[in-house]
Amino acid sequence: MLDTLPTDPLTTRLAEIRARYPASVPEMVAEVVRSVLTSMHGDLVSGEVSLLSEVEALGRTISNAKAEIAALRVDDITVSHIPFATDELDAIVAHTASATNAILACCETLDEVGAAASGEMAAKLTDVTTRIYEACSFQDITGQRITKVVATLKTIEEKVASIIAAFGDRSEMTAAPLPVASSVVTEASLLNGPQLPTAAMDQSEIDRLLASFD
Amino acid sequence: MIDKSMNVLIVDDYKTMLRIIRNLLKQIEFNNVEEASDGGEALAKLRGGNFGLVISDWNMAPMTGMQLLQEVRADAKLKRTPFIMITAESKTENVVAAKQAGVSNYIVKPFNAETLREKIEKVLGNA
Repeated sequence: MLDTLPTDPLTTRLAEIRARYPASVPEMVAEVVRSVLTSMHGDLVSGEVSLLSEVEALGRTISNAKAEIAALRVDDITVSHIPFATDELDAIVAHTASATNAILACCETLDEVGAAASGEMAAKLTDVTTRIYEACSFQDITGQRITKVVATLKTIEEKVASIIAAFGDRSEMTAAPLPVASSVVTEASLLNGPQLPTAAMDQSEIDRLLASFD
Repeated sequence: MIDKSMNVLIVDDYKTMLRIIRNLLKQIEFNNVEEASDGGEALAKLRGGNFGLVISDWNMAPMTGMQLLQEVRADAKLKRTPFIMITAESKTENVVAAKQAGVSNYIVKPFNAETLREKIEKVLGNA
């Protein structure tokens, strides 16, 4: 019978694990192991040893998951990536609406021309403008699709926030180092696509900037 | 014979869509067209005016096209007004729900001018 707790072997084993996985062995696992062992009476049988091994493996899995999530910088997803993506999508909706309205204005002018025309030309103009009106309804459909994508992104944002909250230690989650900004300007670093209106320079600002080099 | 001088109310929260429908209606000679951007505004216009046809989107806020339809069908003065739903909602259950609520016809976006003309003629021919 095992009347006293095998604290020495456990301590030794945990020390080994800590040595093998520095800074990543959760104290929680040690607590779990202690709890299991304090509930044990009698000799450890092979099944119990196997259970202990499983608990250790679980601890390692949790540690690895924490390290991997920290490396992913999940905070960036909610702080930067998703807000950026939703802003970009909102800008797409605004730009397509603007372009569609410009096309519709041209179409309405063509309709006026068609009203003044007669015969085959009038019929042809009406046919063409009808097809343009039909095609322009894409803006409504794409707008609705983008709204759905934005809703999905917000759901992902909430889930990520839940994961971060579940892991608790936010400082650890943000511990992964930021990529070091290079002082060398490459073409790839200049290719960022269109800017959002709030961040973009308009043509007059660009003209002024160019003029400042003269 | 369809009276094309009737007042038509078009309801959509996308201004672009209102503009497209208005122009398509103009091409088939419905020139008396009014617009509303949600169900509530539409209901107020319907109660204050004399409309021979309502063409409404479904997905709007705060009052949806379905709620508008239900209000119209529950209103003694408006209940016989032809009501066409134009929406991207194309699931069977949507169409069934709209029909049960008393919709006169149902057009799925994206639609073409011929479909719009055909549904209007059908609805007004039966009115």
